[in-house]
This record gives sequence, structure tokens and C-alpha cells, in this order.
Amino acid sequence: MTLTKEIEKTSSFDIQKIRSDFPILLRTMNGKPLIYFDNGATTQKPKQVIDAIVKYYTGQNANIHRGVHRMSQDATDEYENARITIQKHIGAKHEHEIIFTRGTTESINFIATTFGKNFVNAGDEIIVTEMEHHSNILPWQTLCEEKNAILKVIPITDTGELQLDEFKKLLSAKTKLVAITHVSNTLGTVNPVKEIISIVRKKYLPTGRQVPVLVDGAQSIPHLKVDVQDLDADFYCFSGHKVYAPTGVGILYGKEEWLKILPNYQVGGGTIKTVSFDKTEYEGSPLRFEAGTPNIEGGIGLAVALDYINAIGLENIAAYEHELLAYATEKLSAIENLQIIGTAKEKASVISFVVDGIHPLDIGMLLDAQGIAVRTGHHCTQPLVAHYQIPGTVRASFSFYNTKEEIDIFSNAIVKSIQRILK
Amino acid sequence: MTEIKTIESTEQELVEEFLVFEDIFDKFGYLIDLGKDLKPLDDSLKTDNHMIKGCQAHVWLYSELKEGKIYFQADANADYAKGLVAMMIYVLSGHTPDDIINAPLNFIERIGFKSMLSMKRAGGLESMIKQMKLDAVVYKAKG
Repeated sequence: MTLTKEIEKTSSFDIQKIRSDFPILLRTMNGKPLIYFDNGATTQKPKQVIDAIVKYYTGQNANIHRGVHRMSQDATDEYENARITIQKHIGAKHEHEIIFTRGTTESINFIATTFGKNFVNAGDEIIVTEMEHHSNILPWQTLCEEKNAILKVIPITDTGELQLDEFKKLLSAKTKLVAITHVSNTLGTVNPVKEIISIVRKKYLPTGRQVPVLVDGAQSIPHLKVDVQDLDADFYCFSGHKVYAPTGVGILYGKEEWLKILPNYQVGGGTIKTVSFDKTEYEGSPLRFEAGTPNIEGGIGLAVALDYINAIGLENIAAYEHELLAYATEKLSAIENLQIIGTAKEKASVISFVVDGIHPLDIGMLLDAQGIAVRTGHHCTQPLVAHYQIPGTVRASFSFYNTKEEIDIFSNAIVKSIQRILK
Repeated sequence: MTEIKTIESTEQELVEEFLVFEDIFDKFGYLIDLGKDLKPLDDSLKTDNHMIKGCQAHVWLYSELKEGKIYFQADANADYAKGLVAMMIYVLSGHTPDDIINAPLNFIERIGFKSMLSMKRAGGLESMIKQMKLDAVVYKAKG
């Protein structure tokens, strides 16, 4: 029985129908049918999302939040409805806890800037993990440099899991914020975010001091059902383009209690109630935090993308992607001299590997020549790659539109590439 | 490599060598082979000031001037980069600073690699070309 049939039997998951929703999957690359395994970098867009963007610019385009005319009101409604869709998708309590940004990177910079400005002082400590993307290191490193604060790092095990005992030791009277990734973009590790937040709460609630936890959800949002209230995250950040939506739009979820006390990030059009040269009165969240005309079609497209994956069902997606990961792990483990980097018990559909004596880039280029798109290098996680003392990895990251047949071709292509390099 | 070859003729020779491969996989394979043939660079010359840092692959480039001509040696930590630098050396080594400064160096594009090399990777190649030409400018200035 093929995987497709197994899935069809247990759910409404129809891989051929899903693939037909993604026009780009029909293209070739270097004369070969495209096998797109670079979903960790960005996902492809279903025609529903593409159509929504075309529809917006064909018949709806108007600036939002400020026009009295019908078109502006309609565009505003659509954009604000998108916010509600996103709120529901991640289980936020209030729609004003959903702030549109340009992406995960901006969301993290937002908090590092605003929280850092008012709540971080010399000698304070910010905790990140060894497996963070540079986007969840550099804003904190910069903040620490500006404020003479200290960046602390939760170490990982060689399997690519966080050392929670070490984490507990890092929590101190000086800790001001914890920033962790939900899923590692390089290793695929799913971190026990709920447990980590619970550890933080237990440590600081009795002291009456709030230590917020920021979760980088860039790699979890396409794969897992996320409920920010269940996680009890203070901030949760993700990008639209990694979850089948357009580039240039992302989300910062912030708990209401924090958003009430954070200073402005950027100011300008759309953030104010009244302005005079003496005094300006600002709006509340989210408008206070969304200066300037936003990426309107991006926000609308993001809601359409979330509707799309919800119609398939995140549970179905997670189960199917897990099948792909297990299958790929089995196939790749059988390849001589290939070592999988990141073997945590809980993984999203990301598989990173190295081959003895071969630079990852050389394999990546030969895979590219065979029509297979993977990522090679340090994946913007240089400290993590340094942990393993390797120049980088080849990373395949699967989406629910990928198939076992593609993994078969991939596995054979790796063997062919290794043989060619060692010839 | 013979002394009478011009840079342009060596570029043309390489372009023609690659013409026999229709498939980009085979072209890359041949590029890797060229890298393997590159004479290893002495470890003592693999220092930071001889390193051209790319996003993923690093190249070490060493040059010296002998009787008015520049001779390059190089190494890299990825086979593809080794292949590229081997081609660059094959084309440029043994020529005068002026010839190197004025070399068109469009053979990579003509072979069909330009479109295959992403910006970051091509950036590494561009840095390589820049460094070789810069060396030539420095030798010329020193007279």
C-alpha cells in the first residue's frame, strides 16, 4: 500500500489534490522535475493564497484604517478579519494581542528593543539557547552590548536537545527574559516550550517578578498546532512565508499585560489618536505598534494560508510530515558515511546531515543539478554548527506536499552525488 | 599551460572543454575533478590573511611575482570552490599584472555556471576574481 493510500484511508488527506494546489511544484529545475525540500527556508504558496493576492490588487486595493470610502472600509474589514483568523489559529485571548510585523526577525527585534528599553539594565541577564537562529541571538546580543547586560546560553546535548538541568541553573535573580526557539531550523528538534515556560513561572511567580518567555515560532507554526495560552508564552513570533503565506508579513503575539506596558516600537501614521507639536496621544495595541501602511495583502494572504492548512487539518499535516521524516531518516541512515545531525526524540520534518570528508555545499550543488532544492551551510545557526564542529550541514525540510517517492529520488541522488565526488 | 597562451585563449579552451557535458550534473562533476587536480597549498600558507571568506566555502589564495609574471596557488574547503579556483589559476597564473587586470574573465558565465551559482556562492567567486586582480594591481604598483 502506498503512503498516499494509507493517508487517504485514515483521513481526507489527498496528496495529489494538495500538490495540484501548488502551481510551482509543476516546474522543473535544471531540466529535472522539481523536488522542493527547502521548506524550512520558505514554503511554496497554494493557489488560494496567490488568488487572494491577485483578487486584492485586482478589486480591493485601498489604504486601511483611515479612509471613509467604501473600498477603504472593505479592505480594513478584510485585514482585521485576517487578524481574527490569526488570533484564533494560535489561540490568543484577544485580537489586539496580534501585531502584524514584517516577519519573525522584526518581531524579535521589536521585543528586544521595547522590552530592552524599559526593563533591561546593566548586569541583567537574557537567556537564549545554543540552537537559536541568528535572528534570536543578535537582537539580544545587541541589547546586552547596549545595556551592559549578559547573554546566557542554554547548552544542548549531542542529540540536539536542550539541557534543562543547565537551564534551571541559569535562572537567577538577574534573569530578565528567556528567548527560545520552538523548533530548531537546523536540527528539527521540537523543544519542550510548555515545560520551559512552566519552569520559569515556578521560579519567579513566588517572587512576584515577571520574567517573560519569548518563543521563536518560525519553524513550529507550519508543523504544529500552537496554542499560546496553553503554552503560556508571553511573546510568540512567526513569519507568514514559512506557513504558505506571502513574504514580508509576520506576527508578534504579545500577552495583553505586556503590550499595555511596552513602549512604542516605531511611531508614525496609524498609531495615534491626536497629534500636536506639544503632545501626541497614541492608540492602544495593536495600532500603536503598527506604524505606517502595512503589508495589507500579506496579512490577508496569511489568513488565507492558515484557513488552507486548517481545512486539511494540522493533525493530518503533522502525521503525514512525521511519516515523511521517519521514512527519510530510515533511507538516509542506510547511506554509508552519512551522519544525521540532530536526533532528538521530538522532531519536526527537518533532516540535517553531513557526509564524511565531503563539504555540504558540494552535495547541495550536485543535488541542485538533479532538480532537488535543499539548503546547505550553517542555516544562520553558526554557534550550533560550531557545537558539532562541522562546516555546516545539508538540510532537507519537508512539507505536506512532499512525497515518499520524492524521498526515494532524493536518497538515490545523494548516493549518486557522493559517488561522483569521491570518483 | 604554455607561456604562449593568452588569457582569452585559455578561457576559450575551458569553455570548449565543458561543451562536451550537456548535463549540469556532469559539468559540476568535471569542475570537482579539476579541483582535485589542483596542487595542494602548503599548510603554512593557509593563514587568515590569505583566506577569502565566502558564506559557506573558504578559499586560500597565495600569489607571488616572478620575472614580471604572477603565479597563484590556492586551496579551498569545498571541492566545487577548489574547482573554480583551479580554473582561475589555470587562466591567470603566469601572466603579467597588466594582462590579469585587463582580463575579461567571462568564461564561468559562458560555461553555464553563472546561473547555477547562487548569489552567495557567486559572491565567493567574485571575491576570488577581485582578490586576484587586486594582487595584480598591487604588484603593478610596486613596479
